[in-house]
Amino acid sequence: MANRIEAALRDGVRDARGERIKREIEHFLHLPVERVATIDVYTVDADLTGSELKQAAAGPFSDPVIQVWSIDRPLAGGFDFAVEVGFRAGVTDNVGRTAREAVAYLTGRPFTAGDGVYYSVQYLLKGSLSVADVEKIATGLLCNTLIQRYSILSAADFVAKGGFPAIAPKVSGETKAEVREIDLEVSDEELMRISKDGVLALTLDEMKIIQGHYRDPEVLADRQKFGLGAKPTDVELECLAQTWSEHCKHKIFSGTVQYEDEKGNKQEIKSLFKSFIQRTTKDVRERMGEKDFCLSVFKDNAGVIKFNEQHSLVFKVETHNSPSALDPYGGALTGIVGVNRDPFGTGIGSKLIFNTDVFCFADPFYTKPLPSRLLHPRRIFEGVVEGVEHGGNKSGIPTVNGSLVFDDRFAGKPLVFCGTAGLMPAVVNGQPSHEKSIKPGDLIVMTGGRIGKDGIHGATFSSEELNENSPVTAVQIGDPITQKRMFDFLIRARDKGLYRFITDNGAGGLSSSIGEMAGECGGCRMDLAKAPLKYPGLNPWEILISEAQERMSLAVPPEQIEEFLAMAVRFGVEATVLGEFTDNGVFHMLYGEQTVALLPMEFMHEGLPPMQLPAKWTPPHNDEPVLEQKENYNDDLKKLLAALNICSKESVVRRYDHEVQGGSVVKPFTGVANDGPSDAAVVRPLLDSFEGVVTAHGICPRFSDIDTYHMTANAVDEALRNYVAVGGSLDLVAGLDNFCWCDPVLSDKTPDGAYKMAQLVRSNQALYDVCMDYNLPLISGKDSMKNDFYDGTTKISIPPTLLFSVIGKIEDARKAVTMDVKRPGDIVYLLGRTADELGGSEYLALSGAIGNKVPHVDTVKAYQRYQAYHKAVNKRIVASCHDLSDGGLAVAAAESAFAGGFGMDLDHSRVLWKGDAAGKSDCTLLFSESASRHLVTVHPEKQDEFEAVMNGNCFASIGVVTEGQNLSITGLNGDVVVKADLSELKEAWQLTLREL
Amino acid sequence: MKQTRAIVITGNGTNCEMEAAHACRLGGFDEAVIAHIAEILSGEIRLDDFHFLNLTGGFLDGDDLGSAKAQANRLKNAQVTGGNEKLVDQFTRFIDDGKLILGVCNGFQLMVKMGMLPGLDGKYLNQTVTLTHNDCGRFQDRWTYLKVDPASPSIFTKGINKGIYLPVRHGEGKFLCDSGATLDRLEAGHLPVLRYSDAGYAQSTMEFPANPNGSTNAIAALCDPTGRLMGLMPHPEAFVHYTQHPRWTRENLPEEGDGLTLYKNAAEYARVNLV
Repeated sequence: MANRIEAALRDGVRDARGERIKREIEHFLHLPVERVATIDVYTVDADLTGSELKQAAAGPFSDPVIQVWSIDRPLAGGFDFAVEVGFRAGVTDNVGRTAREAVAYLTGRPFTAGDGVYYSVQYLLKGSLSVADVEKIATGLLCNTLIQRYSILSAADFVAKGGFPAIAPKVSGETKAEVREIDLEVSDEELMRISKDGVLALTLDEMKIIQGHYRDPEVLADRQKFGLGAKPTDVELECLAQTWSEHCKHKIFSGTVQYEDEKGNKQEIKSLFKSFIQRTTKDVRERMGEKDFCLSVFKDNAGVIKFNEQHSLVFKVETHNSPSALDPYGGALTGIVGVNRDPFGTGIGSKLIFNTDVFCFADPFYTKPLPSRLLHPRRIFEGVVEGVEHGGNKSGIPTVNGSLVFDDRFAGKPLVFCGTAGLMPAVVNGQPSHEKSIKPGDLIVMTGGRIGKDGIHGATFSSEELNENSPVTAVQIGDPITQKRMFDFLIRARDKGLYRFITDNGAGGLSSSIGEMAGECGGCRMDLAKAPLKYPGLNPWEILISEAQERMSLAVPPEQIEEFLAMAVRFGVEATVLGEFTDNGVFHMLYGEQTVALLPMEFMHEGLPPMQLPAKWTPPHNDEPVLEQKENYNDDLKKLLAALNICSKESVVRRYDHEVQGGSVVKPFTGVANDGPSDAAVVRPLLDSFEGVVTAHGICPRFSDIDTYHMTANAVDEALRNYVAVGGSLDLVAGLDNFCWCDPVLSDKTPDGAYKMAQLVRSNQALYDVCMDYNLPLISGKDSMKNDFYDGTTKISIPPTLLFSVIGKIEDARKAVTMDVKRPGDIVYLLGRTADELGGSEYLALSGAIGNKVPHVDTVKAYQRYQAYHKAVNKRIVASCHDLSDGGLAVAAAESAFAGGFGMDLDHSRVLWKGDAAGKSDCTLLFSESASRHLVTVHPEKQDEFEAVMNGNCFASIGVVTEGQNLSITGLNGDVVVKADLSELKEAWQLTLREL
Repeated sequence: MKQTRAIVITGNGTNCEMEAAHACRLGGFDEAVIAHIAEILSGEIRLDDFHFLNLTGGFLDGDDLGSAKAQANRLKNAQVTGGNEKLVDQFTRFIDDGKLILGVCNGFQLMVKMGMLPGLDGKYLNQTVTLTHNDCGRFQDRWTYLKVDPASPSIFTKGINKGIYLPVRHGEGKFLCDSGATLDRLEAGHLPVLRYSDAGYAQSTMEFPANPNGSTNAIAALCDPTGRLMGLMPHPEAFVHYTQHPRWTRENLPEEGDGLTLYKNAAEYARVNLV
């Protein structure tokens, strides 16, 4: 019999959580509520004495200063409806886990298997609400029914029933350990049914390749030796499905593309990845020669570059889009703690030094109808922001850089990019830290969390398969504390040399991590029955592919295992030996004595022929809007500053700890009132050194509506110009590409696949071209290729999106430059030329237009200018620098001015122009988003020096910083076209998302 | 024992150990050791060998039962291996020996929830105050002006003229007392060392965002009557060099940040009184 311990706030103590829920009910659901109060509920399902229950209630479960507690007696009163929300059976319950641990400390007894503590929250609603209203509040706000359960009681029912019953959401199940054989000697239709019903996502061709494998007499003879028949086991089929999935295998990027451009020129491209991405790095590195700073690229979980002689930098950016669409909080939380494991599992392991986040959402104020399966963008926004907040803050990793990008097509799927950088000693125990190996005989060890049915088959499940007793199979909830404990242990084990190889358990779970590790030495033998489980009832195939979180896989030499395991116990981390690595060429899975999978390594990793992908580029022709020339652009400027893609994101950014670890040099916000938007982040990872790491990013999906070539060129340029603005060095900077595409494979569901594939080809072409000119090696990346929503009637495809991130170095962080103007009298320079390039701009988007004149990047000139500017930074003659991007010159000038608290007088006639003079107008000068431009201010006494350093590059003095509190811009004909009070501009910029 | 020794406890979600140890060294401690709680529970490292204990920021146990609650429970109940004492006994002895403890953010939360602060009447395991959810309902990372009480017994803030400028980074920083009587005693003893204030350190404030959490009487820091134990929500270890200041590119700042004073005072006190 379970007991309920409740903890409620004392009278007079403010219920901040309740107040926030009240605000959200009014804001999102437009329902009137007088008051919301909350109560914490711990359902204890364990053999405790009455006095132990009291100790738990009075001790760890309540705060005597502000709370009262009760056991098996409801505390609620003064409400009209009570809603209680807890997790479904099997869903990660972090509070419940901590509560259980706390009770074990109290009693001095460990919990027995099956016992537990489960957390839920009771919401007490007061107001004139109907049952239907409360149902709406429960499902629309308080509870995500995919992972949580709720019950509702009216005040009268609550009294009649004596409150909510004590129910422990335990997973019911028995150890089945069932292994099925699947008959593949069937018709093609039946093969596809097997793939579809089993959520294997294998094509007919792939199913036939597997079918062929099991017809090979040699294969059959080998199988016979281990007691296996001619049919594949479910373990084998599931393992192949994971290994060959788009997610793990990147079939589109490694496929063969038949590309045809707009002139009919045809080209066969064997692997976009090899032809463009890998080639970029190879060619840039060759050209750098001795100056090459890349240490490990594309082969590990993250890229590794040199930071200095003693330390190496590690960086990876991932996406977690589909899970975030289903459960925004859990999906995003898992996204950030998941990407943390990549640098941690790179080389021999690195210490994590910062996170970056970029989110793409639909308008949070979206009012049009949405397909029923989609969550409202506002709810996705809230959940994702909070999930990443918890994941990043709790892990003690500063979130130093990020963006929020809005486009209503992201209603189909939000994009959640999470990045993490790490730092490791260049040499650990006498070995280069970015290298690692496995020797046959090394033990397979798994550390961290236990395995449950989390994340089985990723995002393809449907909610109908769930019920109260079946654990959620696709959604995972991260647990940053379990992971942090594991990292605390492993980094110490690393320094003691207790393991030889480490990698992350992510997509595909053990099948993928051990599968890849086995590739290092040529085989493995693993007993799935040894894996620690969260609850009984998992079949061997589920154990193998579960994506349960917070796990690392390691190769530990047998002579170190004793010390490794003993240390794990001391640090409270679970570590289990699952088997050993071999060199017999076979991926050999056992369950106890029984062989449940026997797959030749070569077949697993090399058995799949490349996909064949048609691609045909037909440039789109958008309506070309006629620009209305105005006398005054004050209102347009304010509208732009308030636009979602430009406005201040401070309400979100302040929720992320960007200073933990103590190395923050350029923070997300800067300026006289700490609220101007920085272009990039500078961090000192070594507190006794002034060497800084600089990171920045570029992302501009709007340009994809015109040409993904230029979308990509602009994204790369934006990342580098942000990086350069704060003082990043061009001698040590590397790039990471994250492609998020809509499905580009031509099929019945995607009739425009050839166009979308061509968009992908063009994007890759630009990536190569621009990175070559910018000397930017690509060190890591990721692609996510199926970002569409389709419910049979409505299809929403995201705009093709490249997030380009850069990481590099500033030799002396004390020379970093921020974007706020510093003092009146400083000269304002615009570096770079402006052109008639409003295509895809925020300005045209105000009126719903796209246009065609997308900005073109002049990489050669830009690179020279960036180098000259960096010299100026090194000479400490730059007072401020801000990059020009969304909203063009007008927005950049407004931001720099109000951040610095001084006005600015600018003159359009002094701005350098590029191209056809016919397009030159006040409107284009103000709002064109031409690439590679910076707005710089310089003290007058440094003017000569600055101009000498910049000599030979396109730059012009266009105005001056003023004592007054106005942004004033003189138009081409001498009239003032913008004159606006800084406080008004700032208010417009800050208002939009202030309350979110 | 001639060396001044600082210890920073980490583990179970503590995050700021590296910069806290750095601040101790900069402040003048001869040694600053980062000790994982596992190393203390196993008996490998003993608090007795140190003079200054740092309980730093982080998310102990994920704030799962309320900030620092689970760790308070762990410290009170966990047994040290190879001896007959609980960890809490080492803490009590550390305090009895006249040594120094500084709790920052999550460490401050831990100190009040264990009852180590305010430590009235020499009772160091008796909770009478707490730190709970910010009035705004959200985590906040922002810089705050902190007006110092010059009459406070805190040994950490000696020499601070008007106030200091430090970042807060917390979701549960609202200071509350169990009764008006407790609050009166705190105020009478000048135990609230720092208060959120205006930029000139003239007046304490209850206005968001200058007061980021709605603390009673704008209290940001608290010490015990001896002044040797202190807790604060803002992060002194996050401002020991000017490049950590949010406006260092536009203001002429001294090399050392405001937070370093606390560590220098601790090191000086330890050198004079504890070695």
